[in-house]
Amino acid sequence: MTKTLTIDGVTIPFEDGQTIIQAATAAGIYIPHLCHNPEFTPHGSCKLCTVKVNGRNCSACTFPAMDGQEVINNAKDLNADRQKITQMLFVEGNHFCPSCEKTGNCQLQAVAYHLNMLDDHFPLFYPHRELDASHEEILIDHNRCIFCTLCVRASHEQDGKDVFAISGRGINKHLIVNSETGLLKDTDISASDKAAHICPTGAILIKHTAYQVPIGKRIYDHQQIDQVTLNSESEHDK
Amino acid sequence: MQVFIQDLIKNNGYQATDLLAVLRAVQAQYQHIPKAAIEQIAALLCISRTQVIGVIEFYSFFHLSPRGHYDLLISDSITDHLLGKHQITAYIEQALQVKLGEVRSDGLVSFDNTSCTGLCDQGPAALINGYALPHLTPAKIDQITGLINQQIPVSAWPADLFAVNDNVYQAGLLLSQTIQHGEALHAGLERGFKETLKELDISGLRGRGGAGFKTATKWQYCAEETADARIVVCNADEGEPGTFKDRVLLTTHAHQVFEGMTLCAAIIGAEQGFLYLRGEYLHLYAPLKAVLAERKQAGLLGNNIINAGFNFDIQICLGAGAYICGEESALIESLEGKMGIPRNRPPYPVTHGYLGKPTVVNNVETYMAAAKIALNGGEWFANVGTDKSKGTKILSICGDCAKPGIYEVDFGTSIQTILDDCGAKDVLGIQIGGPSGTFISNTEFARKIAFEDLATGGSFIIFNNSRNILDIVNNFTHFFAHESCGFCTPCRVGTSLLKNQLDKIVNGHGSAGDVVALEELCQLVKTQSHCGLGQTAANPILTTLERYPELYQAQLKKISYEPGFDLDAALETARQMANRNDAAAHLSQLED
Repeated sequence: MTKTLTIDGVTIPFEDGQTIIQAATAAGIYIPHLCHNPEFTPHGSCKLCTVKVNGRNCSACTFPAMDGQEVINNAKDLNADRQKITQMLFVEGNHFCPSCEKTGNCQLQAVAYHLNMLDDHFPLFYPHRELDASHEEILIDHNRCIFCTLCVRASHEQDGKDVFAISGRGINKHLIVNSETGLLKDTDISASDKAAHICPTGAILIKHTAYQVPIGKRIYDHQQIDQVTLNSESEHDK
Repeated sequence: MQVFIQDLIKNNGYQATDLLAVLRAVQAQYQHIPKAAIEQIAALLCISRTQVIGVIEFYSFFHLSPRGHYDLLISDSITDHLLGKHQITAYIEQALQVKLGEVRSDGLVSFDNTSCTGLCDQGPAALINGYALPHLTPAKIDQITGLINQQIPVSAWPADLFAVNDNVYQAGLLLSQTIQHGEALHAGLERGFKETLKELDISGLRGRGGAGFKTATKWQYCAEETADARIVVCNADEGEPGTFKDRVLLTTHAHQVFEGMTLCAAIIGAEQGFLYLRGEYLHLYAPLKAVLAERKQAGLLGNNIINAGFNFDIQICLGAGAYICGEESALIESLEGKMGIPRNRPPYPVTHGYLGKPTVVNNVETYMAAAKIALNGGEWFANVGTDKSKGTKILSICGDCAKPGIYEVDFGTSIQTILDDCGAKDVLGIQIGGPSGTFISNTEFARKIAFEDLATGGSFIIFNNSRNILDIVNNFTHFFAHESCGFCTPCRVGTSLLKNQLDKIVNGHGSAGDVVALEELCQLVKTQSHCGLGQTAANPILTTLERYPELYQAQLKKISYEPGFDLDAALETARQMANRNDAAAHLSQLED
């Protein structure tokens, strides 16, 4: 007998050891997320993937799938909260989509579209954050960092390095790099590292490639993030 | 410095888990963690420099830039405010010629706020180079100023400056009679440790930190895990503002607490134990080490304890100023030498705790109760209290009352009885369970202390009618924003948004809709946050908004919209640069 759970009333199978989001992705069900990427250890921090499991809020990316679970995902109240959490990510940093070279390829922006976010809702923090343009090929724009730790995990788990880390506490959290000077140019990162390409926003960019794909012809200009994500992530899970 | 660090880490056995202890020593020696030290520590402990920097920037007591040789931190808890924190702060600034938040230009003194120091019954209180200074008065500040100006080391300051009182006013099951050293262990051995776990189950003891998970069940789960090693942890990171009972238990009843831990070790089969002591209780570190040594000497710790053939040892680990480490999985991370970030669950600590080993984490009071239950049996405990809350609760009572201190009450005791006992008059309301708990008004004094009514880890702060509720809520809300670990979005951003939104209303810039927006935000932070901190951070606002909606409404301007952008605040940088603060350097938001 295959074990099953239900998501929004639809029964789906799962295998032991899968998280709810893995089971959902395999079944073609999209659960919004930003800090999750099936290639790396789940982190559970962005909280966009919060679903109700038997009435309780759980992060779908870390919570194990279990037989008979009743999961609520695509519900009005959950999506309203997801929209506000996305708005929180926008106001916490400095995200000016029209002038950002990641626009159209940015997952934060795409999730915001998906959740029908039309304004910032909350007062903006306008934090003072620096750029690190020291590296010849890679740029860090701290204004756009959402602390998802994907670069941290990619560097550690896939590149076998520890180029990135999140430091500080609370609203003062920030991305740091592993060099004595604190500058990216003095780390052992290379432009071919996974960590240099994993950022869901425009915080880590490869230099000299901006606008090679013009605005209007980018990933999310023509597709919704749910379809893009399901295609890429179910491919990976296979 | 190189030799100092080399020796330090060598003495610690090159363990990465000892990072906090190493950093504490370097901070104490050099008033900050110098860059060269970071490199050396990372190399010797075989960890990345980013882990070292991360830990330094996470904990309030570590600094990348130098503090003064005398680092004075004044407690910013509401209970210290009630006892004159503002006045004494102004006096200190004058006497020591240093502004709050600054290091004096000669580098001798620094002065800043710190979260509750656990001296709420004897405030206003401060820490000097980490050591507790209760009952600050202008006369004491004069004395301290003299000692600092003569550059007398803190270790040579008169002992009476550091005298912390227990202030126990009411003793019940636990406090009325101290057990003899080893008595509970012998009773457990005689009965059989499995049988003793049954007694613990019969007693109905639930965790005393506030969450109230059944202790016997937790120990059983941990014992049932297949593992080659298990861990016993005592959570003495008593950070909830208004709580100080663990301070007293560890001052006067440390033997019994350690005995409870040893009993737990015997029952679950653990050989390693930790007492995670909050950094604010540095003054207890040496005495507690002495108690451990005494117990080892007496055969109550170490190898072949009470000749029963089991081994167990306890290590004391000091925190470094992070409220979040009271959360059990954050505490475990901290024990491992990391930032105190709560883990994802499952797995739970009872299966995957310290270094992945099955771990029991319990409160100080829980271990103390367990020891006495082993001696007196489960029924003895279960006969007191209510149906769902057995035994007694040790309360830390502070704020506006005649006799602030420790009161052990039976579960089920009414609030009115407690108020009568501690001599509280003209009461406006009470914060029960600290900022993460509930604010009750003076119409609710028939309610009871119990898990099923008003649960508390011990904090019980009384406010009289001269107090302003919004000031209280504001203090608590700022506290949570300061202590949020920043891991999850709803708490990291939400607690700061709550702070800003409440400030806007309290400062009279709120307009229609702002209270609704505040409440909406509260619900989001409460339901979406990762751990207990975020899930309770909105409680001060929610519980007072429910009881005193008119107070919030009265703060609002009678206009339909107030811009979120504060014109006057935006000029602050310009004012500082121009060194001006006259009337013409300010703008009013709107024409009144």
